[in-house]
Amino acid sequence: MKFKPFTLAASCLLVWSQLIHADGATATPTIEQMWEIIQSQQAEIEALKKQQKQTAQQAADADEKAEAAVVAVEEVDSKTAGVANWVDKTTIGGYGELHYNNFEGEDNEIDLHRFVLFFGHEFTDSIRFFSEFEIEHGESGDGKNGEVEVEQAYLEFDLSENMQAKGGVFLLPVGILNETHEPGTFYGVERNNVENIIIPSTWWEGGAALNGHFDNGISWDVAITSGLEMDSTGKNAFRVRSGRQKVSKATANDLSYTGRLKYTGIPGLELAGTINYQSNASQGNHNGLNEGTLYETHAVFNKGAFGLRALYARWNFNGSAVSAAGADDQYGWYIEPSYKPWQKVGLYTRYEKLDGARDQDQFDQWEVGANYWPHPDVVLKADYRDRNVDSNSSGADDVKAFDLGIGYQF
Amino acid sequence: MSASRADFLAIIRSPAPVLQSGVLGFLLLIPFVVLAKGPYQTTEAFLNEVFDSAPPAAEVVWLRSEIKETTKEILGHAYPGIRVRYWGEAGRTAWILEEVGKTQPITVGLVVNEDGLESLRVLAFRESRGWEVRYPFFTDQFPGTRLTTGHELDRDIDGISGATLSVRALKKLARLALYLHQQTAQYNDTSP
Repeated sequence: MKFKPFTLAASCLLVWSQLIHADGATATPTIEQMWEIIQSQQAEIEALKKQQKQTAQQAADADEKAEAAVVAVEEVDSKTAGVANWVDKTTIGGYGELHYNNFEGEDNEIDLHRFVLFFGHEFTDSIRFFSEFEIEHGESGDGKNGEVEVEQAYLEFDLSENMQAKGGVFLLPVGILNETHEPGTFYGVERNNVENIIIPSTWWEGGAALNGHFDNGISWDVAITSGLEMDSTGKNAFRVRSGRQKVSKATANDLSYTGRLKYTGIPGLELAGTINYQSNASQGNHNGLNEGTLYETHAVFNKGAFGLRALYARWNFNGSAVSAAGADDQYGWYIEPSYKPWQKVGLYTRYEKLDGARDQDQFDQWEVGANYWPHPDVVLKADYRDRNVDSNSSGADDVKAFDLGIGYQF
Repeated sequence: MSASRADFLAIIRSPAPVLQSGVLGFLLLIPFVVLAKGPYQTTEAFLNEVFDSAPPAAEVVWLRSEIKETTKEILGHAYPGIRVRYWGEAGRTAWILEEVGKTQPITVGLVVNEDGLESLRVLAFRESRGWEVRYPFFTDQFPGTRLTTGHELDRDIDGISGATLSVRALKKLARLALYLHQQTAQYNDTSP
């Protein structure tokens, strides 16, 4: 289009020059000739106007067709999504971790510690289902090392913007790791011992729960669930971890009650406290072990490259047998500072102090190690731990171990 | 007081299946009594707020070759569409973008002014955990954030313990809005 005015001017000059050549170099065109020139120019202008209008119309048509095509594509996408509505509303994910433990003075071990798949489904904007299915130690069955477990299978309901209820099998709101334990989210090949021996993570129960939060970062949880059924005799007597019934035909004579208060109102900071009350920690099956209460509190702080985790947990059990065994008071705590010199590398050290039911669960332990995240969802880990057991009894040995691990989530 | 406390403890401690089942049943019934949730703010309300009740007509950024690749690099996956809609006026652009946190999409409204993020607001959050990212005590970290040449945010955003994936989703969307803004006529008209 840019050359059109030039074309018009050139044609005028051409006509003008023809007139000059026809009548002589200095001849002036007659009125008739001028009229002819004007008519010619007018015709040219009309033709150009028409052409411009047609071009504009064609451009508008092209835009309209392109828009219609895109809308059609988007509608097809939408309809396809509608046909496969359940696919959109159903989510699948998982995580896993492989460990290598090099023990000093003992057999070394390589173990597919966990492989977990989770499935979720959103029935409506306000009702959803979530489940977690786990295979521990690579296999399960009679005489095998591992287990197949359904750790979560619950329905969750939004009661309002700030309050939810859930019913089913779910993780108890206690500690740092119990609800969030994908391998890339914590340091150490093995999870810390306090959240294994004192808080029996992963700890799930069947029941119902309510939780709510405020816009200042304070949140609360209450839950009524199945409870522990701990032994009062044998090698696992009064061991909390062995008391988990895993919601497998669980005895529900005596329920447990959990409450948590949490503050996360400053990015990078979490302060929380949980109380769990077991109305009868043996489900009434063993004399001398009655109710028990767990008190737990923790802090998490991450600022830039620095991180700190600290947790304290303590059980108090009532009953003549548990008192006589000295297992009525079980506690543990740890502190774990960390530093990330690079975005993908984190270094940490951890000190733990435990006083559990069994002799081998009474120790203090130092641990140092590193995590490397080649991808945000993939982690490689290495650590060294040095455990000093309080007791000299057999089976309660010190542990020195070098560990390697790989973990992933998707 | 002591008598009532003792009574309460006695009831709680007793294997009273009637009470326990009653409380359990009550909790399980609650969801069927009250159900109310929707987006915290609609797209229309968000745009009216951003543009003083007179939002401009929507425009689009086409995800052509290089833009498509960079978008994929930022999100870690392809954008589900061939164009991204935005609303722009006087060097400001508003975007409604979505990204999955752990299992559910989080809908976010973002406003970019010249080179920096003016605001980030979560319009709908559907995840079970990580609700903290909805609130100003978290989102207030974003205004003023710019994009580096490597398409990263130019400052650290402190995370929320237990909400790593939701935080990551919002950071991705902030980067995406800043990048797409640079592809708009609004930016090219005002950029030096």
